[in-house]
Amino acid sequence: MRRAAVSAAARLVFTRDLTLAWRRWDEVAQPLIFYVVVTTLFPLATTPDLTELRKIAGGVLWVAALLSSLLALESLFRSDVEDGTMEQWVLSGQPLGWLLLAKVACHWVLTGLPLVVISPIIGTALGLPFDAWGTLIVSLLLGTATLSVLGGIGAALTVGVRRGSVLLSLLVLPLAMPLLIFGSRAVTMAMDGDSPAGPLQLLAAIFFLVLSLGPLAMSAAIRISVES
Amino acid sequence: MWLWIHKFGSPPHAYRLLGKLAPWFGWPALGLILLATWWGLVKAPADYQQGDAFRILYVHAPSAWMSMFTYVVMAVAAGIGLIWRIKLAHAAAAAAAPIGAAFTFLALVTGSIWGKPMWGTWWVWDARLTSELLLLFLYLGYMALRASFDDPQRADRASAVLAIVGVINVPIIHYSVVWWSTLHQAASVTKLDKPSIALPMLIPLFIMIAGFQLYFGWLICRRLRAEILRRERNASWLKEAN
Repeated sequence: MRRAAVSAAARLVFTRDLTLAWRRWDEVAQPLIFYVVVTTLFPLATTPDLTELRKIAGGVLWVAALLSSLLALESLFRSDVEDGTMEQWVLSGQPLGWLLLAKVACHWVLTGLPLVVISPIIGTALGLPFDAWGTLIVSLLLGTATLSVLGGIGAALTVGVRRGSVLLSLLVLPLAMPLLIFGSRAVTMAMDGDSPAGPLQLLAAIFFLVLSLGPLAMSAAIRISVES
Repeated sequence: MWLWIHKFGSPPHAYRLLGKLAPWFGWPALGLILLATWWGLVKAPADYQQGDAFRILYVHAPSAWMSMFTYVVMAVAAGIGLIWRIKLAHAAAAAAAPIGAAFTFLALVTGSIWGKPMWGTWWVWDARLTSELLLLFLYLGYMALRASFDDPQRADRASAVLAIVGVINVPIIHYSVVWWSTLHQAASVTKLDKPSIALPMLIPLFIMIAGFQLYFGWLICRRLRAEILRRERNASWLKEAN
């Protein structure tokens, strides 16, 4: 039997997941709607005054993005593990880390990227100045991508567990807090007219760290979940 | 060496050895902690700025140190268990987690009590406090993940992956006071040049840290024995041992 190249296998996984998502697009849209709803709660709960809202806009956008990504993560591997697809991937002889990374990349395109695209609009509604748009987009791009991989590790660990979704948040949120700190600080600095380069570089550093080591942890976790 | 590891890795042998080791940790720990308590509370001079309030340092700093030390021990044990598939190492990681969580909690509480007279507030959202709180959440997540599996072997291996991933947080906590200028004072003991704390105050601190380390050793011996008992409750060697 001829084995396909790694890149071809990863591309297959990616397009398969995109197709699946396209057929159930209402499920894919849920985290995005959640994101919009949560950000709407803050003006209602605190104050509708834009000058006040502006102060917390960066934090609100980031917290909402974090929660919304978490919401989408739970189902990341579940159906594949349940119907045996994941077992076949483990046995396929392809490097599992690459396949999982392709799956996570697809997941990010479906859930992370829409958040990034819509966030400037929500940010404007919260009083975010136009000058901070660039920083918000860059920080959320890096942040949601890192979160997808981190969350992939958590989802792989909890895939066979009862009440997995609560546990998943408990595992991923502590690991994601540095992202939240640097991300919202970058946005706040940009709004105040400072250069947000420092926190953004730290975010990029975390992103590359997680991108390089994350697939290893993910494949180890999936093997544990599938084997037994 | 491999022979020794396999011998020690066998539950009956480890159970006996840990039972013999425990008093060698326990009694010196008690002695050192009592000595350091007397030294720190009575003999050490009061701080010229903080007065007597600084004395909580003798509980706060060792427990903060132990919170990180225990996490590293736990992660290393989990790594050994995952790589060489040694069940005893997994049991050690499981035994260490609640101890680490307790030390972390103690560090947070004593820090909070210390912060009230010094900073005028129980809690500030600065880097060191927040990252120590993160460490507590990591311990709790680890224990929650371990508890949610029915199969102990799966619980071992899944929580080992989490412990190793979370080890990234330890250097963040340790260097948080260096990287961000915050309200929490900078490291005053673990610096490479001369420590910025007076020697008469430092000696009891070191005795206390040594005492805490030994106390940890005693606890891990006891808890690991209990963990072995729990895991091997159906094994035949237990009946023979009694």
